[in-house]
Amino acid sequence: MAVVHFDAVQKVYPNGFEAVKPASFYIEDGEFVVLVGPSGCGKSTMLRMIAGLEEISNGVLQIGDRVVNDIDPADRDIAMVFQNYALYPHMSVRNNIGYGLKNRAVPRDVIAAKVDEAAKMLNLSDYLDRKPSQLSGGQRQRVAMGRAIVRDPALFLFDEPLSNLDAKLRNQMRIEIKALQRRLGVTSVYVTHDQVEAMTMADRIIVMNGGVIEQIGTPSEIYQSPASTFVASFMGAPPMNLLEVTRADTGLRLADQILPLDLPDTGAELILGIRPEDIIPDPNGPFSIMVDIVEELGAHRLLHGRLGDQSVTVHVPKDYTVAEGVLRFAMPIEVLSFFDAASGQRVSR
Amino acid sequence: MTATLKPRKRLRLSTVMDHIVLTLGALFMLVPMLMVLQLSTVPDAEIIQRGPSLHIGDQLDDNFVKAMFEASGFSGKNTGVSMLMNSFILGIGFAVGKIILGMMAAYAIVYFRLRFATLAFWAIFTTLLLPLEVRILPSYEIVQSLGMLNTYQGLIIPLIASATATFFFRQFFMSVPEELVEAARIDGAGPVKFFIDILVPLSRTMIAAMFIIMFVYGWNQYLWPTMITTEEDMYTLVRGIKQIIQVFEGTNLPEYGRGNLLALIAVIPPVLIVVFFQSWFVKGLTESDK
Amino acid sequence: MKRALFSNIWLPVALLLPQLVIIAVFFYWPAGYAVQSSFYLQDPFGFGSTFVGAGNYQSLFRNNEYLKIANFTLWFTVIVTFFSLAIALILAVKADRVIRGAKTYRTLLMWVYAVAPPVAGFIAVIMFNQSWGPLTEFFALFGYRFQVGVNFNDTAFAMILTSIWKQVPVNFIFFLSGLQSIPRSVREAALIDNRSASGRFWTVTFPLLAPTGFFLLIINITYALFDTFGIVDTVVKGEPGNNPMTLVYKVYVDGFRGNDLGGSSAQSVVLMALVLALTFVQFRLVERRIHYT
Ligand SMILES: Nc1ncnc2c1ncn2[C@@H]1O[C@H](COP(=O)(O)OP(=O)(O)OP(=O)(O)O)[C@@H](O)[C@H]1O
Ligand SMILES: [Mg+2]
Repeated sequence: MAVVHFDAVQKVYPNGFEAVKPASFYIEDGEFVVLVGPSGCGKSTMLRMIAGLEEISNGVLQIGDRVVNDIDPADRDIAMVFQNYALYPHMSVRNNIGYGLKNRAVPRDVIAAKVDEAAKMLNLSDYLDRKPSQLSGGQRQRVAMGRAIVRDPALFLFDEPLSNLDAKLRNQMRIEIKALQRRLGVTSVYVTHDQVEAMTMADRIIVMNGGVIEQIGTPSEIYQSPASTFVASFMGAPPMNLLEVTRADTGLRLADQILPLDLPDTGAELILGIRPEDIIPDPNGPFSIMVDIVEELGAHRLLHGRLGDQSVTVHVPKDYTVAEGVLRFAMPIEVLSFFDAASGQRVSR
Repeated sequence: MTATLKPRKRLRLSTVMDHIVLTLGALFMLVPMLMVLQLSTVPDAEIIQRGPSLHIGDQLDDNFVKAMFEASGFSGKNTGVSMLMNSFILGIGFAVGKIILGMMAAYAIVYFRLRFATLAFWAIFTTLLLPLEVRILPSYEIVQSLGMLNTYQGLIIPLIASATATFFFRQFFMSVPEELVEAARIDGAGPVKFFIDILVPLSRTMIAAMFIIMFVYGWNQYLWPTMITTEEDMYTLVRGIKQIIQVFEGTNLPEYGRGNLLALIAVIPPVLIVVFFQSWFVKGLTESDK
Repeated sequence: MKRALFSNIWLPVALLLPQLVIIAVFFYWPAGYAVQSSFYLQDPFGFGSTFVGAGNYQSLFRNNEYLKIANFTLWFTVIVTFFSLAIALILAVKADRVIRGAKTYRTLLMWVYAVAPPVAGFIAVIMFNQSWGPLTEFFALFGYRFQVGVNFNDTAFAMILTSIWKQVPVNFIFFLSGLQSIPRSVREAALIDNRSASGRFWTVTFPLLAPTGFFLLIINITYALFDTFGIVDTVVKGEPGNNPMTLVYKVYVDGFRGNDLGGSSAQSVVLMALVLALTFVQFRLVERRIHYT
């Protein structure tokens, strides 16, 4: 069990590329933290610095109460699960799981017992003598998990461990991993670019973009009050609607309506953010959308249309009948987010 | 058109042609060797009278005894047995030496951060450019000055001085997923452990393929052994071939049967290896691809 | 290059050392020595040597015999390369197509790979035996008296035939594996687009095999230049005389038998230059080949 402390940790690759800008944050003991962001934003780099596979260019990284900047991966008391599993193809499942223990000179009978226990936990008991090539994708994934848990590490690291699985298996493994982590109580850092994984698994989410941490928060904080337009549009499917508004004497002007809101006037241009499900169809509502396309999703429907000349998506329940054409609606003022149009940063109300 | 749904095996003209061409090709390859086999079964006098024929004689065992235990040369030392042994020593020594050195060097180049890696890389890979044949004379002089004429070291080591195996293993190591090293490092394996526990077992097929190719290459060496071994007890079978031919020329009743059988013995081990381990061998050959 | 590299310093040095030492002693030293002695004239009795600058090279290119051998080597190389590639390509295309006996054909067509060149030469000597060789008798049917080792052209023919026989298998293996790596979908698409089998071959299969062909071209040229030594030496029975010979054989004859180290070294250097040029071409082609796939 361990806390992880980043203090201005920065990564500059030998070619001069700054993949992670100086980052400082704190991961609590037993916490499940998900690193999420678009491809190339530096998530893997961050994780690999924790693992010791990538040198830390600047700053201090602590795991538990040790500064680990110069400690070998093998001595950091971590375990890692890779995207392509990285199982040793010539070893049986049993040897794959036990290899790390064997290298640490753990007695044979202890290894055997631990491997059996891990296998039982992961439903792998019947496959211990098979080679990785004789397993299905999900089973391989579990072997990779087994390799991580037998070692009782202080920290689990996952780099997109589910992205090679099909959708159904991914859902199942997502739940299994989360349950396992709960049970073992091991601090975990999990990298993904799948925001559903991020939302469902995380105690806290770290959203990264271009080597910068955009926001750290619980899933609901990230969802309800995104810290920037980037987070607002990255998290949530479909993403938050971002609409340009202009200031008027009595509030903010959106299309041809005025929102009676009193925001401190900093002179900056503003952007209004609203989640698609927060738009409430109402025949008497003040706003109207031209709906172009109705997307039928079974449990609900998505309406894509235009508000003035800006595109908008609305989320409605399945029993709400809609047609293409004009839709009137209302917006509860409490759920609106506002951002500075120039910087993209959230503006507090 | 009458529609019949009966599946009909059609003997297509082009298929017949394919088989004819392939059979001719196979015969082109095979017939000379069958001739050698036939000649080693009949008495020498018959050969001088009739040349090769379809007659299978009964002299194979006699010729075998002569080939294996009688000396070909003048010193009386190079029997078939001693030449066979030397051929195996050369083939196996060359293959094993080359594979071990190649794997070690390739491992150093691919998996370590080395200041002079690029220099070492070029120094090693330049050797791919120049075959031994073009520097044969100076190589001979150097081996001579090192006192290694007529020794197994002198025979084998200079042949190893090229980077084919290193290049091959480098290609293979580069194709091994990076995550495997990373997983191994997290599992507490250092460079030596990783090499022995993971990389070598992973390379098994590659090692086998390399071994076959290198064994055949070493076994079949001719020019270098011709120069470096002047004492008959150091002759390999392939080296001994010329002597057999020269002995044919000089005598009035040449021992054709024995000579043909020796040629056959010189061919059988590498051919068997290539035929039996065909898939590995083909894979190794075509994937090395330079 | 791999990302997670080990950072030991002495281990890689120790791993590289054996190979580097062997290469230094048995590659760079002799190669350098060859270049150096190509500028010296060696006393035939081994008493010292004199610097003659480019003299050895000049006399080399003024030497009619050497030019004749170079000319022969050129023709020899062209003919051997062309026929062994062509025969192998035809056989590979057929072997790729047949279903019955495919494996047997493959084995029968490739085993000669493992036959040593001098053994191939030995077989040629038997085949062309003056008094009873089957091929000599075959030519006698047409009233031609075939004389290997006596008649220049006859000897050349025997060398070329043997060299082709020995080289077809390698080319066959590469062509067949090249053919088998053409994706099924591409073949099927071609089958739909082009009605004629020969049209499909020339417009789809042949261009896709071109990279393999380029690669083999270089391999075959190198083979004809160097690896045929054993064939040449056995077919002429170690008695060059007026027989045809290749450049490599000439290096050996002059240096080893004639004890002309300077002249032989100059010849070695010329060969080195030739191989370097070939390799350069090969690298260019390989580079292009990467774009191909
Ligand atoms: N060895 C390297 N040298 C230079 N730049 C690198 C190196 N490795 C990664 N980068 C760059 O650093 C950035 C971050 O890479 P990283 O692998 O951390 O991205 P990621 O967020 O994990 O992306 P993905 O979701 O695609 O895995 C990328 O722009 C990448 O091109
Ligand atoms: Mg990544």
